[in-house]
Amino acid sequence: MKKVEAIIRAEAFISLREALSHRGFGGLTVSEAAGCGKQKGKQGIFRGNKFEINLVPRVKVEMVVDDDQVEGIIGLIVDQCSTETIGDGKIFIYPVEEVVRIRTGERGKEAVL
Amino acid sequence: MIKKVTVLLLLSLVISTSAFAAAPTAQSVQASVDSMWVMIAAFLVFFMHAGFAMVETGFTRAKNALNILMKNFLTVSIAAVLYFLLGFGLMFGSTAGGIVGIDSFILSGREDIGFFLFQSVFAATCATIISGAVAERMKLKSYILLTIVMTGLIYPVVGHWVWGGGWISELGFVDFAGSTVVHLTGAVGALITVLFLGSRIGKYSKGKANAIPGHNIPLGALGVFILWFGWFGFNGGSSLAADPQLVPHVITTTLFSASAAILSSALYTLLRFKRVDPSLTLNGALGGLVGITAGCANVSLTGSLIIGLIAGVILVEAVTILDSKFKIDDPVGAIAVHGICGIWGTAAVGLFDVQNGLLYGGGASLLAAQTLGIAAVILWTTVTVGGFLFIVTRFSSIRVSREEELSGLDFTEHGSNAYELKDTVLESNAAPSPFGTDLVERLNSIGNGNVSNVDQRNTI
Repeated sequence: MKKVEAIIRAEAFISLREALSHRGFGGLTVSEAAGCGKQKGKQGIFRGNKFEINLVPRVKVEMVVDDDQVEGIIGLIVDQCSTETIGDGKIFIYPVEEVVRIRTGERGKEAVL
Repeated sequence: MIKKVTVLLLLSLVISTSAFAAAPTAQSVQASVDSMWVMIAAFLVFFMHAGFAMVETGFTRAKNALNILMKNFLTVSIAAVLYFLLGFGLMFGSTAGGIVGIDSFILSGREDIGFFLFQSVFAATCATIISGAVAERMKLKSYILLTIVMTGLIYPVVGHWVWGGGWISELGFVDFAGSTVVHLTGAVGALITVLFLGSRIGKYSKGKANAIPGHNIPLGALGVFILWFGWFGFNGGSSLAADPQLVPHVITTTLFSASAAILSSALYTLLRFKRVDPSLTLNGALGGLVGITAGCANVSLTGSLIIGLIAGVILVEAVTILDSKFKIDDPVGAIAVHGICGIWGTAAVGLFDVQNGLLYGGGASLLAAQTLGIAAVILWTTVTVGGFLFIVTRFSSIRVSREEELSGLDFTEHGSNAYELKDTVLESNAAPSPFGTDLVERLNSIGNGNVSNVDQRNTI
């Protein structure tokens, strides 16, 4: 099993969510994230004093899926979330050692399906 | 006018019963109308305190909101009581050599309560100017002590000099509603206090001024509208009579100057910072109002537009210079608004007075009197506030500790926060704060086609 972690633009989340559920991927975890990469931050000004906003807001989407589904999801995310401009985000893939469903104690693949 | 009075007179004849023995005369009706107007104006000036409270709260950080509100409320009440006991007598009592009033304390021997009421809401305005400049770092009890001295002594003496038949008024000095008496006095007090107090932690680093954005600019904007509204009473009521020519003129010059100042400060920030700066434009409105306060009855409508236009530019420059060059940390811009624009407004009477102004061929004598008056008020306020704070700071600091300042004055001085208590999780019977509810709500609303919430996140 693998964990797919994608940092995406907040405005891309809607279409990604729809595309994922269309393909039958129901489970995911979303959180707000802030970070920086190649994209430069913004410069603000308050009462004549400049200030930098170096961290830009993004949404982090995490899913745990079967190994053979990973490429499909990557394709989906790139498809839905790319605007071909700097700041589209990243996808990270991690191996998952074990999954336990808390309600039943089920383990492994059964726990995520 | 005569027609109206006659109608009112006839009406009151019909309404009045035998209980009112004396038949109303034209004079008594006029007195009632005048009194009515001054009362309405007093309510408007009182409401300005809501404006001050909102501007000061909105322009500073959320962690100090309660502290600012408490300072504003306490100022109003201290001023009302103290002005009755002491201030009014010092200001409007029989003069002792043009320096100070010596009777009429607790209104003894006075029957003009309406006049007292109007003046007492003014006194609170002067002191409350300081609370914005010293926000986020001054101890509440030190501020209260200062307010007592400002409303009990410093302001009434200035008021006596200018409005109570004192020596400055003898010079021909014109300050119709208080650009100098109220605003400049308050601002000089604020400046001296800030010099004793120092800047907020994090305001200046490596010799550079940092931005500390206010937490609720819409609240500040509401405050500016309230102040503007109240200012119609502040200037209009200073006629002290419902004069059918003077009052509309005063209110129109007040409207014009503020409007012109908003336009010029918005445009000037655009030229200078490449952005229309909202909080500086809001300050610009107040700068225009302070600027017209001295001359609102003495300048023409065109004159008021010019005074406002110049006040807007002066305000932006003054805020920037005080902030970056002199490193005077004034979170709400009170010193620039009330001090620098107060000086401009008072001096502008010497230029734009339609009878004695320099630009109207009236010579330089009025301008000289205005300048002398400004200098005297600055000197008096500097010496008294400086002397008072010098003594107070020998005994204890007027500033909260570093830890208190960082965690916010709300919790350390008042025991709670203005908007939320972060540690409700720790209360045994309360459900744990659902972390991220905010996010859940916003993301769920996306499904209903509501995109705007997420979009807003992306444009800080």
